Amino acid sequence: MSQLSGPALPPSPSVHAALLRSLWPVAVCIVLAVAAKFWIGPAVGPFNARVMMDVGIAIMLAASLNIVNGFAGQFSIGHAGFLALGGYTAGAVTYYGSLWLWGDAAIKPGWLGPGEQLFAMGCLAGGLVAAAAGYLVGLPTLRLRGDYLAIATLGFGEIIRVLLQQTNNVIYSAEALKSATAEQLFPPPLGGSLGFSGIPGYTNLFWVTLFAAITVLATHRLKHSSAGRALLSIREDEVAAQAMGVNTTRLKIRAFVYSAFFAGIAGGLFAHRIGVIISPRDAGFQRSIDLVIMVVLGGMGSVSGVVIAAAVLTILPELIRGLGNYPAVTNAMGNLGIGDPGRFIDQYRLVLYALLLVLMMILRPKGIFGVREIWDYFPRRLRTLLRAGAKP
Amino acid sequence: MADFLQTLITSLSVGSLYALIALGYTMVYGILKFINFAHSDVVVLGAWISYKLASKALPMAGIDPNAAPWWAGGAVLVIAMITCGLVGFTIERLAYKPLRRAPRLNVLITAIGVSLLLQNVGQLNYVFGTQPASMPALLPNPDVVDAVISTTPDGGQERLVIGLVEVTIFLTAGAIMLGLEFLVYRTKLGTAMRAVSFNTEIAALMGINVDRVVSFTFVLGSMLAAAAGFLYAMKYPGLNQPAHYTWVLMGLKAFVAAVLGGIGNIRGAVLGGFLIAFIEQFGAFYVSAELRDVYVFALLIIVLLLRPAGLLGRATAEKV
Repeated sequence: MSQLSGPALPPSPSVHAALLRSLWPVAVCIVLAVAAKFWIGPAVGPFNARVMMDVGIAIMLAASLNIVNGFAGQFSIGHAGFLALGGYTAGAVTYYGSLWLWGDAAIKPGWLGPGEQLFAMGCLAGGLVAAAAGYLVGLPTLRLRGDYLAIATLGFGEIIRVLLQQTNNVIYSAEALKSATAEQLFPPPLGGSLGFSGIPGYTNLFWVTLFAAITVLATHRLKHSSAGRALLSIREDEVAAQAMGVNTTRLKIRAFVYSAFFAGIAGGLFAHRIGVIISPRDAGFQRSIDLVIMVVLGGMGSVSGVVIAAAVLTILPELIRGLGNYPAVTNAMGNLGIGDPGRFIDQYRLVLYALLLVLMMILRPKGIFGVREIWDYFPRRLRTLLRAGAKP
Repeated sequence: MADFLQTLITSLSVGSLYALIALGYTMVYGILKFINFAHSDVVVLGAWISYKLASKALPMAGIDPNAAPWWAGGAVLVIAMITCGLVGFTIERLAYKPLRRAPRLNVLITAIGVSLLLQNVGQLNYVFGTQPASMPALLPNPDVVDAVISTTPDGGQERLVIGLVEVTIFLTAGAIMLGLEFLVYRTKLGTAMRAVSFNTEIAALMGINVDRVVSFTFVLGSMLAAAAGFLYAMKYPGLNQPAHYTWVLMGLKAFVAAVLGGIGNIRGAVLGGFLIAFIEQFGAFYVSAELRDVYVFALLIIVLLLRPAGLLGRATAEKV
């Protein structure tokens, strides 16, 4: 019987090889995540691990925004709206899910244990909700071009922010949830303008690394797929792309949905960090602009450039703030009348970013790496060596 | 009835502010075809300069800023307008002029950069700081109209109160807008502006100094912004710090007004400003005050979908 129901012909070896070739990077992502949890995390200590998590989340957000702003050449300045939507959805799933399953919202310990499973599910739900929102928003607005699209996405982010502010400003406990009537659940009890507190802090290096690595991998793959090339063609010249038979509106919506999906997952990780309360402000203009700066500086369309920019722009302020731990530096800065490094960086960081943005557009309009990747700048010998290694 | 009239009056004064700001957006867009994101920050600059002048310079000159003669307020307005005009000129020369031929996306990003720069420089401790401030009253604010509209059954009265500030705002804004209308449609410079807006290259071939016209537009737009900032500070004396959310929202709404009326169209900007104010104020009063920002942005998205060129704008086809 087994012979009859089995495949008539053995699959050709090239299928296995193709499958292997497409899956090994995913395996690398998982290995990286495990290494981050069991080796890197304990080695660098809790503070650095926390910075690394922030870096991972920033990378996810910047890489996902790069799909729309970099590949497709559209200009979205409402990306934080998707972050907040994903974060709130994921938070609601884990918080109210925990109450429903276990009666309290305490963290269920254990790697890949039931708590973490619920958390991963919540993040995916956040991604899906954000993607659905991306579809709904993208469908009408992506017919607009350039400036108008930017304004429409900005309006979207603001609408999300105001709607989140209008949620009920209580967060129910298990007993309150049980006795709540249907009317009391609308508007949903998500904390209103104060933010959604009480979300269990499940985010750890394993999940951040896993999701960030998969996001980067997916955007890299997308760039080199036929859809990615079509997106790049839209970015270069929309009319010409249309003339070549590219369905521009549909592809732009796809880019928008992918981008929103990863931003939603990042939002889930963002909301579950320990000691962080996600609030409607996180959907606002300021956060969207931070992400735009990462993409613009890294190079619109360059996956590696954007990843590096996201990492540098997240670590740099922490490094400078860390200088405050050295009395010599603090004294010197005090003598110069600048104040301590933490205050200094808080004051001047944004001034510097803004200056960088303007100077970058004037001096190097395509970002540090442009559409190219960092390895395109390696010496040619090394490059052929790498390529030979990648494709045996 | 009294509520309705009161909301109407508020809408008119808020609408004149939006219209003044929207004019700046629309003039720059009409000529350079890009959204000057930094425009709303020039409004903030105008408001804060007015505050500094009123609260620091007037006492130095021996004038009580809460009961100043009428010309003191006028002097504050004029100095704020001149300062902002200079700032606008500098911004155009340093940031936008090098990008005259760059792709529009790059100019947009630069504009966002300039906007962030103005906000964050304004927040520095020795500029305006991060604390909110309270604008001195300048003028005594007697009620121009204080009429009893109707009496309620229990003996209370429904009154309609119109303050001097509201009348001043409406009249100043109206005068500025009429002046602009005259300038653009009746003078040689205005003709040059319209020519540059129509086609930059042909205008240059006809002997128009394009750079000068562009600079003039920026200076004019920034002066209008300063006037709006001054009037805003008169109406709402509690000034938030320069990067505060309320300012960003104010700028966005004025921008929505410009888009609504048809960006690049001067009369459209005025129409859009009043329309936005009416929707916002009446929606806030009769439906829900919390959702007032949602109305404006929802309206923006609807208008962009149905009539992307705006109410008075003309649709243009993209040429290849």
